[in-house]
Amino acid sequence: MTSLLELRNVTKKFGPNTVLDDVSLSIAPNEVVGLIGENGAGKSTLLKILAGVHRQDGGRMVLGGREVSFGSPADAADHGIGVVHQEQSLLPNLTVGQNLILGHEGDTARAGFLRRRKIRARAQEMLSVVESTVDPGALTETLGFAQRQMVEVARAVGGRQVEHPPLLILDEPTSVLEPEDVEVLHRRVTALKERGSVIFVSHRLDEVLRFSDRVYVLRDGKVVGERIASAATESELYQLMIGKGAAEEIYSSERKQAVPRTGTPTLSVRNLTCGGKAKDVSLDVHAGEIVSVVGVVDSGREEVARAVFGAVPVDSGTVEIDGQRSAPGSPADAVRSGVAYVPAERRVEGMIAGATVAQNIATVHPVKAGGGRISSGARVEETARGWIEKLGIRPADPDADIARLSGGNQQKAVVAKWILGDGLKVLVLDHPTRGLDIGAKEDLYAVFRDLSDRGVAILVLADTLDEAIGLGHRVIVMRDGEITGAFDSPPGNPPSKLQLLEKMM
Amino acid sequence: MSTTEVTGEVTTPAEPVAPVRSTRPRVRRLLSTAGPLAALLGLCVVFAALAPGFATANNAMAIVEQAAIPVVLAMGATLVVLVGGVDLSIEGVMAASGLTFVLLAANSVNGNDLGLLAVLLALGVGLLFGVVNGVLHVVVRVPSFLVTLGTWFVGLGVATVLFGTATPQLADPSLAAWAGGHWLGLPVVVVFALAAVAVTVLLCKGTRLGMHTYAIGGDEATSRLAGVPVGRTKIILFAVAGLLSGLGGVLATIRLGVGDVSVGSGSLFLTLSAVVVGGTLLSGGRGGPLHSLVGVLLLVVLGNGLLLSGASPYIQQGAQGLIIVVAVIATGWPARSRLRVVK
Repeated sequence: MTSLLELRNVTKKFGPNTVLDDVSLSIAPNEVVGLIGENGAGKSTLLKILAGVHRQDGGRMVLGGREVSFGSPADAADHGIGVVHQEQSLLPNLTVGQNLILGHEGDTARAGFLRRRKIRARAQEMLSVVESTVDPGALTETLGFAQRQMVEVARAVGGRQVEHPPLLILDEPTSVLEPEDVEVLHRRVTALKERGSVIFVSHRLDEVLRFSDRVYVLRDGKVVGERIASAATESELYQLMIGKGAAEEIYSSERKQAVPRTGTPTLSVRNLTCGGKAKDVSLDVHAGEIVSVVGVVDSGREEVARAVFGAVPVDSGTVEIDGQRSAPGSPADAVRSGVAYVPAERRVEGMIAGATVAQNIATVHPVKAGGGRISSGARVEETARGWIEKLGIRPADPDADIARLSGGNQQKAVVAKWILGDGLKVLVLDHPTRGLDIGAKEDLYAVFRDLSDRGVAILVLADTLDEAIGLGHRVIVMRDGEITGAFDSPPGNPPSKLQLLEKMM
Repeated sequence: MSTTEVTGEVTTPAEPVAPVRSTRPRVRRLLSTAGPLAALLGLCVVFAALAPGFATANNAMAIVEQAAIPVVLAMGATLVVLVGGVDLSIEGVMAASGLTFVLLAANSVNGNDLGLLAVLLALGVGLLFGVVNGVLHVVVRVPSFLVTLGTWFVGLGVATVLFGTATPQLADPSLAAWAGGHWLGLPVVVVFALAAVAVTVLLCKGTRLGMHTYAIGGDEATSRLAGVPVGRTKIILFAVAGLLSGLGGVLATIRLGVGDVSVGSGSLFLTLSAVVVGGTLLSGGRGGPLHSLVGVLLLVVLGNGLLLSGASPYIQQGAQGLIIVVAVIATGWPARSRLRVVK
């Protein structure tokens, strides 16, 4: 049977990093193909190439027997590739019908005027494909999450008329669905096989195995395995995802010193419920200890980290710094009691783009950085120069616009603004090395070790399991808002990634 | 903007999950739809009780006439606000097109006498300003409030140059008579205002352009990905807004009988407040022309009623300001979320 979609030797590079390396795979008509891999394995890049967001650097893409290359998402859609993203992309203020025809109105509009009855008929037709009973005239925001997802599937499948069967891409469709809605989705996907093919991406391996006919495993930008779903097991897929080779030692884990876990913990979280996701979470971080928290998207770990910093309202439970209960819900208060937070969205939340490195470094402790209540530019610059040297920020120019620095150097400046104060007790790191190259990561890990030697308690939301294990004295695993496991990670005897994954999923 | 619920999350515009689905949008719709109308009716009742001259047919007609030109302007402003933009150039465009009109029609300064063509050319000036606003905003990517702040003063400058040294009096008796007359028992300005409302409502609810307008206001990036011609739509909306500002300028000039650079003075504040008070979200996507119609009436009734009850004009201004603040809080309330930076 000829395949509906075939990728041959597709390669994609971002700067010096090869994100997809010689990826070849094929999808047959009326087949559901699962795609799995760890964070950073290249899954999302692959999807983006299929969806027309990125263009591959090398290799060929053959769809319905013809070679294609997409210049834009609309281009991909015109070729019958429909994507249902993890974040929903319907407009809440339009009706369901309008959402379904938006951008490709066709004969539902004549001379610029909308034809309500035509819209309704077209929408009904598209919705019937997924057996959705949603009223096309209903305002989208009045729909439940699962209903909206079904509308998205309808749009992705029925949006364009092409000569070959449509290809539907579901990106983590089940992560926010209730179990009964997952059942519904499963039935619909199975039914959709009659009409076209589906690529199913999920981190829930049991669901991947249930939904798919065949599964591809990506690791480090390569296809490392292809399995028939009915013959594969979850643990086999885990092994393929993780790989056997040990990661490079860049975490300076030899500097991990044993921390006496006695006395009052520097950070103590008790029965914390917050942000609608974290439920009854308790954890301690002692002085000089690094604790990693791992979990998939929506595991609630972001909420816990942000609650410690007061950036998420606390529903119940307490956060104590050095035995002192800190006022919930106030970042300013958290800073005063010695908590620092390095956010994941560096460009948006971590730094002030357009300001100089010196100005950025001085934002949190202006008095300290500026040498007094009336801050002098020269003193700020001097302070900044000191930190630039200590942390090796390049270019070594306090007057440089921070936006022009590389990601790693930006992150160092972001960290500098926090550690400048003497009173730093707890450092919360939210994906501190996301998107950085190995060298920059290594530098930052060394900085974190220095701080830990200084007695700072560090809570880190690690980007990868390797990072969590390598960096942390302890690794805490969260799933669905609750802590499901806690592992000691001493230098010689770390927990295995498999152990963590089992608790995560 | 997205419909972010109160999650405290800054980065991900998290969609509301199942349990909170039904109530919040409904509350918001109720607040932004029925709220202003209820406030308008409430004000009318209060003033009818307070001021004896308020609830009379004559006063009702006065209110309607007074609201007419602001309604025309508010229709244009609404379209721009619906895509999350703002048009500050209203007063400048009114001045430029008003003077263009008076100098091309029969007047006391030069020998022109183009009659109705003068009206059309003046509207053309407004349209041109709108197109420039749109193109600068979309193509050159300048925030709309900056672009239109600039063209506001360009408009005033153009009008000042056109004005010259002597005040041009409108000397076309037929135009003045026509504009001062009645159609279907209604003053001509009011008919224009109603027509502007009708056309704008049709545009918003019945056309592809309108659907695209709401889509862009809902989420620009998503709309773009769905294939909505975002730039083109915005330019058209700015152009329509310019055209309506031009119409407002012409109508105001006819009413005034002379060309005046400050013909639109005060219109911007009234128009934008009316749009906001009516329940159109400044971030776009929600509200519409009928909301703004109610908004204008609300503000005009407020002014009229306070005047008739003998309140000082200073109190009037303060009351207007207060209402705007309350309206903004009321419409934005359900979407408010912690740690969300609003600029």
